[in-house]
Amino acid sequence: MPEKEKRPGLPRRNFLKATGSLVAGFSAADTLSAQTAGTDNGARGTVSGPPDEAEVDSYIAIHPDNTVTIFSGYVELGQGGPTALRQIAAEELDLDFDQVATVRNDTFMCTNGATYASMTVAVGGTKLRAAAAEARRVLLTMASERLKTPVEALIVARGIVSVKGGAQQSVTYGDLLGGKAFNQKFEPVSYRAVGVEVPRTNPNNAPQKARAEYKIAGSRVARFDIPDKVSGKYTYMQHVRVPGMLHGRIVWPRGQGAYGMSLPKVIGIDEESIRDIPGVRIVRRGNFVGVAAERQWDAVRAAKSLKVTWETFAPLPGSDGLHDHFRAAKTKDLVVANAGDFDAVWLDREGPRQAAHIASGTYIGPYQSHGTMAPNCAIADVKEDGALVMCSDQAIYQARTGLAQILGLPAAKIRVQYYPGSNTFGSSCYGEATQAAAIMSKELGKPVRVQFSREDEFGWDNYGPAHLADLRGAVDADGKIVAFEYQAWGHGSPATTTASQLALGAAAASSDPDGGGLFQLRLSQNDMYDIPNRRLIDHRIPGKGYMRIGALRAPLDPPYFFAQESMMDELAWMARLDPYEFHKRNISHPRWLGVLKAATDAAKWTPRVSASNLSGAKIVVGRGIGIGTHHLPVNQGDRITFAAAVAEVEVNKDNGAVSAKHIWGAIDCGLAVNPAIVESQIVGMSIHGTSLALKEEVRFDHAHVTSLDWNTYQTLRFGEHPAVTPIVVQRIDERSSGAGEEVLPAVVAAIGNAVFDATGVRMHQFPMTPARVLAAMEAARSLSGSRRAGEI
Amino acid sequence: MASELQLRVNEKMVAVTASPETPLLYVLTDDLALQGPRFGCGLGQCGCCSVLADGVEIRSCITPVSKVAGKSITTLEGLPGYYAKRMKLKTAPELHPLQEAMIEEQAVQCGYCYNGQIIKGAELLFRNPQPTEPQIRSAMNGHLCRCGTYPRILLAIQRASKKVAAHA
Repeated sequence: MPEKEKRPGLPRRNFLKATGSLVAGFSAADTLSAQTAGTDNGARGTVSGPPDEAEVDSYIAIHPDNTVTIFSGYVELGQGGPTALRQIAAEELDLDFDQVATVRNDTFMCTNGATYASMTVAVGGTKLRAAAAEARRVLLTMASERLKTPVEALIVARGIVSVKGGAQQSVTYGDLLGGKAFNQKFEPVSYRAVGVEVPRTNPNNAPQKARAEYKIAGSRVARFDIPDKVSGKYTYMQHVRVPGMLHGRIVWPRGQGAYGMSLPKVIGIDEESIRDIPGVRIVRRGNFVGVAAERQWDAVRAAKSLKVTWETFAPLPGSDGLHDHFRAAKTKDLVVANAGDFDAVWLDREGPRQAAHIASGTYIGPYQSHGTMAPNCAIADVKEDGALVMCSDQAIYQARTGLAQILGLPAAKIRVQYYPGSNTFGSSCYGEATQAAAIMSKELGKPVRVQFSREDEFGWDNYGPAHLADLRGAVDADGKIVAFEYQAWGHGSPATTTASQLALGAAAASSDPDGGGLFQLRLSQNDMYDIPNRRLIDHRIPGKGYMRIGALRAPLDPPYFFAQESMMDELAWMARLDPYEFHKRNISHPRWLGVLKAATDAAKWTPRVSASNLSGAKIVVGRGIGIGTHHLPVNQGDRITFAAAVAEVEVNKDNGAVSAKHIWGAIDCGLAVNPAIVESQIVGMSIHGTSLALKEEVRFDHAHVTSLDWNTYQTLRFGEHPAVTPIVVQRIDERSSGAGEEVLPAVVAAIGNAVFDATGVRMHQFPMTPARVLAAMEAARSLSGSRRAGEI
Repeated sequence: MASELQLRVNEKMVAVTASPETPLLYVLTDDLALQGPRFGCGLGQCGCCSVLADGVEIRSCITPVSKVAGKSITTLEGLPGYYAKRMKLKTAPELHPLQEAMIEEQAVQCGYCYNGQIIKGAELLFRNPQPTEPQIRSAMNGHLCRCGTYPRILLAIQRASKKVAAHA
C-alpha cells in the first residue's frame, strides 16, 4: 500500500512501536485486537482518521470467522449505547448479536461520532443502519454469484447465506469477504449542524429491512459491558498505566472564579514548600502549574503542599445573590416566539378573550455540577513529531482539534483513544484533564497521567446553567390556556478551556458573547401546549463574570420545565381542574398525550384538584405531574422525544424535608432499539432528576466556587432514593430520537408539583431543600394570615 | 521514607515498597495493578475505593497502608474466593452472588461506583444474609451512585440475599 503510506499520520512502523511501548498489560491486548480487526483495510489503525463516511469499509469489517466489527465512533458513557449499535448492525446484516463486535474509539480506527445530545442511536445508529444495508447488498450480490442463484432466492441467518428451500447450498459472509475490503461507495446519511438529518436522494441506496421484520432491534438484549464491570475486569481510564509514565496533578486555585474576569495569574511559586517530597517535577507553562512524580502519592502530596500565590480574583455575586444579579444585568433581549397577542389578553382581562384566572410567578434554578463519580483522567505521550493521548472525551476528533492547538502539531499527528471514565452527562472536566496531560507531557518529555482530584473536578467543571424566569399565564372558564408568557434570564458558555487559557494565555472567549447558545430559551419547549397567545422572551446575559457553564444532561431543561410545569400546575389549580385533566385539555399532540397516559396509568392516577386533600399531620403526602423533553431545533430539527413523569412525595412540615417515594417515568423515543436499556435510562434519569430537584446546588462566595466535595455538593443518597417505575412507549415505525435526557426535567417538575399537592405551598426555587421548603411554608402562612386580617 | 511492607491481598502475601502513610488505594492500583478499587474522591466520601479488611468494608483512599499490615485485604477481584472461604464452599464460584445479581438485574450503568456497591453489599450479606429494605438502605447510604441506579442495586441485593441465605 505505497499510496496509503504517503498519507499523513505517524509512519506505520513508528506507530506500532509507539503503541507497543505505551500500552501496558490489559490494554495491549485490547489495542492489538483492534489492529487485527483492522487487517481487512490496510489503512485502518495506521493512518489518521476520520475515514470517508461514504465508504462501507469505514463502518464495517467482515472477518474470516464470520464475525463482524463495527467502527462507529460512539462510546460507552455508561448508558449502553454500543449495545444498541451492535443490535442495529446485527439486525440489518442478519447476524446474531454476539457475531458483532465494537472497538475502542480511536482517531486511527473509527468514524467521527460524538456521544452527546442523545445521538448514539438517533444519529450513529441511523448512519450505521444505512452502511449495514449497503454491506448486506454487497454480500448478497457476491453470494448470488457464488451460489449461482438470484438474490431474491437467497436467505440469510447468522451470516450464512443459503438458497431458499435448499439449505445444503450455502456460503458465509466470512467466506465471501472475510479479511477483505468492501471497496463500496454509497450515499451516507448526513446531518446539518449537530444532528438535523438531511434526506438522502440517491435512488439506488440499498433498501433497509422493514421494521415489522425486526428480531434483534427492539428486543431486550443484555448489555455486553456489564459482566466485566461487576467482576473488576473492565478498564476505566483511571486504571490505565503506561511504562515510564509520571503521575501528574494540576495545581490550580481552589475553585474557579468569575469566567473571563478571574483568569488565575501566578504571582509566585515557593518551590521550597515541597522540598521534603523527593523527585517531584514542577511544570509551569504560562499560568499553568502542575506537579509530576513517579509515585502517585508523591504527586498528590506535592499538589497539596506546593505554595502558589495567585492574583486575587475579581468579585462574584455569590450564589445567594446570583439571580438578583441576573435581573439587574444588561441584557440582549430576543423575542423567541410571539404568537397571537399576549398583551391584549393580559391587559384586557374583562374583554372578549375572557381570562377567567391569571397567575404569575418567578422561578429560579441553580448551577448544578456534572458530579462525575470518577474525577477525569488522561494520559498523554507527546513526542516531537506526534502524540498519543488516551482520554475519556465524548468526541475524540474534537479533542484532537483542541490538542493540536495546545501542542502546535498537525491534528493528523495526534492519535486520540477513548477509555471510559464514569458517568459524565456532558462536558465535565475531560477536556481539561486531556489538555493538562498533553501540556505536562510536552514539558517533561515523558508520558504523563493526569488525574484530577475531587476538588479539581468540582472546582473547574462547566456547570449546568443557572436560570431565572418570570412567567405569566391566563386560562378561560373551561381551563383552556388563553395566554402564556415566559421571560428567561441566562448567560452564555465559555468556548475556551481553562487549561489552554492558563498555558497559552488564550483569551477567555464565549461561544456566544451575547449569551444563549445551548442555553437559549427554546420555542419548541412550550409549543406542546395549544396556546393561542404565547410569547417567549430571552434576556441574554454575556457569559463573562459568571461561572463556567456547559452541557449538563438535558441542558437548561430542568429549570425550564420546573418553571413551565409549575405554572401549568398553578393554572390547573386556579381552574379547579385535576392537573392531568388540565394537560389533556391543553395538549392535542398524540405522542405527548401518549406519555402522559402511560405515566398516569402506571401510577394509578385518580383525578383530583391539587392541594384539595390537605392534612394537618406532620408528614403529608402529595403527587404531581410534569412533562419534559430535550429539544434544540438547531441540533435536532424535528426529531423530538416525549417524556412525562408522576412523582409521589412526603413532606415533613416540621423540618421541611421532602422525600420522594415513587417516580413513574414514561418515554416515547420512537423506535427503542433496546427497551430494557431505555428503561434503565428512565430509572437513572428519575433518580438524577430527584437529586437535582432536592439536593444539588453549586455554591460560591464572592471570589470562588465553594462546592468542592461530596459534603459541600450534596447528591441524592442510597437511603433517600424513591422507587422508580419506568415505562417505554414503543413506536417501532418512528425514528429513534434519543433517550438519555428527556425524563430528567419532567421529574424535577413533577416533584415541585407534588410538594404543592402535599402542602398547598408552591415552590419557586430548586433544589427544594428543607430550609427553602420551611421558608416557603412560613411565607405562605404569613400571607394567608395577612389576608385574613385584611378581610376582618 | 519508603519501606518494604508485607500485605495479604486476596489471600496472597505480597511485598510492596511504599512509605507507611501512603493510602492503600495507590498501592493496590499502582503497585498491584488491581482494577476493583478505584479513585473517586480521596476523601472517604463516595465509596469507589472500598475494600474489605478482615471482612470489614474500609475506604482504601484514606487508609494508610501501614494500618492494614497483618489484615487480610479483599478486593472486588478476590470477592468470589473470599465468599467461598467464608461460606465454606468447596470451590470458589466465578462470581459472588451479588455480582451475578447485578448482571441479572442489569443494574449497572457506568459501573464506576460498583466496586464499592458490591463490596459494601457483600459485607452486609455476610453480616446479615436476609436484610430488610430499611437495613439495606441504611447500610448502603455511604455509597454514592451518580447514574441513579440505586433502585436496581436494592433489587440486586435482595435477589442475592436468597442465594447467600441458602449458602449460609
